[in-house]
Amino acid sequence: MAENISDNTPQGTSQHTAGAFDIRNLIGGLIGVYGIILTLLGLFNASDEELARGDGLNINLWAGLGMLVVGIGFITWARLRPVVVPSDPEQES
Amino acid sequence: MLAAADGPFRLNADFFDYSIIALYFIVVLGIGIIARRQVSSSIDFFLSGRSLPAWVTGLAFISANLGAVEIMGMSANGAQFGMATVHYFWIGAVPAMLFLGVVMMPFYYGSGVRSVPEFMRKRFGTGAHLVNALSFAIAQLLIAGINLYLLATIVNRLLGWPLWVSLVVAAAIVLSYTALGGLSAAIYNEVLQFFVIVAALLPLTIIALHKVGGWQGIQDRIQPGQEQLSSWPGTDLTGIDNPVLSVIGLVFGLGFVLSFGYWTTNFVEVQRAMASSSVSAARRAPIIGAFPKMFIPFIVIIPGIIAAIVVPELANLKSGSGDTGGATYNDAILLLMRDLLPNGMLGVAIAGLLASFMAGMAANISAFNTVFSYDLWQQYVVKDREDSYYLATGRIATVAATVIAIGTAAIASNYDNLMDYLQTLFGFFNAPLFATFILGMFWKRMSATAGWTGLVAGTLAAVVVAVAGQDVLGSLSQGWVNLSGQGASFAAAGAAFVVDIVVSVVVTQFTRPREESELRGLVYSLTPKESLVDAGEGVLSWYQSPTRLAAIGLVLVIALNLIFR
Repeated sequence: MAENISDNTPQGTSQHTAGAFDIRNLIGGLIGVYGIILTLLGLFNASDEELARGDGLNINLWAGLGMLVVGIGFITWARLRPVVVPSDPEQES
Repeated sequence: MLAAADGPFRLNADFFDYSIIALYFIVVLGIGIIARRQVSSSIDFFLSGRSLPAWVTGLAFISANLGAVEIMGMSANGAQFGMATVHYFWIGAVPAMLFLGVVMMPFYYGSGVRSVPEFMRKRFGTGAHLVNALSFAIAQLLIAGINLYLLATIVNRLLGWPLWVSLVVAAAIVLSYTALGGLSAAIYNEVLQFFVIVAALLPLTIIALHKVGGWQGIQDRIQPGQEQLSSWPGTDLTGIDNPVLSVIGLVFGLGFVLSFGYWTTNFVEVQRAMASSSVSAARRAPIIGAFPKMFIPFIVIIPGIIAAIVVPELANLKSGSGDTGGATYNDAILLLMRDLLPNGMLGVAIAGLLASFMAGMAANISAFNTVFSYDLWQQYVVKDREDSYYLATGRIATVAATVIAIGTAAIASNYDNLMDYLQTLFGFFNAPLFATFILGMFWKRMSATAGWTGLVAGTLAAVVVAVAGQDVLGSLSQGWVNLSGQGASFAAAGAAFVVDIVVSVVVTQFTRPREESELRGLVYSLTPKESLVDAGEGVLSWYQSPTRLAAIGLVLVIALNLIFR
């Protein structure tokens, strides 16, 4: 990846980064959304019967918070170190 | 397993679970469509344009293997045999992955071949190539069928759809993204799948450990006794009563022949590394993959062990008394999910299992279409056409493979113990391959005839041992020798390896070696050392150096073996 970054030209940064198609954004996005859903379920939808099954551990809440952290981590990584797509005439059009 | 669609096996998924699963499929298909835009030549389709960074190919490398067999089979082994199952990871995978990265990958990547069978053709000519390409293609179709069958089983249990409808729908989803985006779509999805699988299994492991009372709780309650928590000598796992022979079987049969055969010559795996952007990235791919591979047992085997304690049906199955409700060890993870997970986490867990099964099948299909298009169609059927012709061939092969996999799924459903069945296949195809490759890479005199005769003789030796043993091949096995289960697979693979070496060496003495000029880049002593590494490798930092990473990996895996002995 180091070679790619050095290819980066000052005028075309936004055009040449992989952006939303960077796999890290897709991973971060999906895991992050899972995190939001699970956290909310853990906070507002945890029935006593469900909690009893796991001997009181609210797994939705804790797994949700963990996924939220991982998701944000991936998106931050992709922001800080963007993948640069080599300029290719076919892809520019 | 076919009858398991009703009653206690039904997972009670609700709206939130279905939303989570649907979200996953939207992203999977989205990746296929995005990757489609980047495919402009056959190299793009089959090898991702050789442009992917090492962490992506490294994770795809193990994710391609993190299929149904790994999750269901290894948790089943964990439930049945306990900690001895870690041998499949720490003995049976990690050393071979490190060896592939350090020793063999420079030849694969540096010679510019597009597939493992193509390396075979350059080194040994068309005889060995045809044997290798055909056996590989057939094996992929069989294994894709097994993965598809397990995928359909999950859909069947979850939605209650008839098994054949589940089969067709599951196949259609895998087909849509592999046919659209080729290897890039498969690899990107594998990386995503890896994280979804971890997101599914890690919380399951945590809640299971909480439920059973931590490691102490496992020690107190494990059945039939404490020997289930030590990995050596693993006599239950191998089915060999003598502890010394059992250790020899594990180290030589599983650790050397089966595992090196599988990880170093299986194009499903090697293809992921070949898609890397440089020699050093290609070498790093299996080595980076080895690190997560070391820790997967903790989220696969531990839940299996706990399932056999806390799930009543499995506890009854193991103790041999009480009502099992028709449960088998293969159901360990599903039953644990049913008993412990609340809605929400249940959806993530189901998505993770579906992801895992699709990863396995997509990997088989994308490796199959490459070998079929380049090594069979282009080499033997229709030569010298333009690149777009072979790209189209690849897409048609993908469709055909998926249709055939639906058929082989029916074959897979007839076998109880999926691990045995697969180990047997690997023994037949991979063990002799490894012998031929390693001889061919380091012994320049080895002749072309020795290449294919060694392979055929080795494969036949494995078949003979399997037929002589007990129940390795179901009703085909005659039981002449008292060997069953995993131990018989180890023996078959070992026989294949030894016979291959002996036949190759003997045949080479009577046949003419190939011209040395034809073997440049393929044999160690005839390859300039600088073509095996990157020009800039000297300036890589320590975490980018394949050999240093591999050394760290080796120390770690030895430490793990000592801790959990």
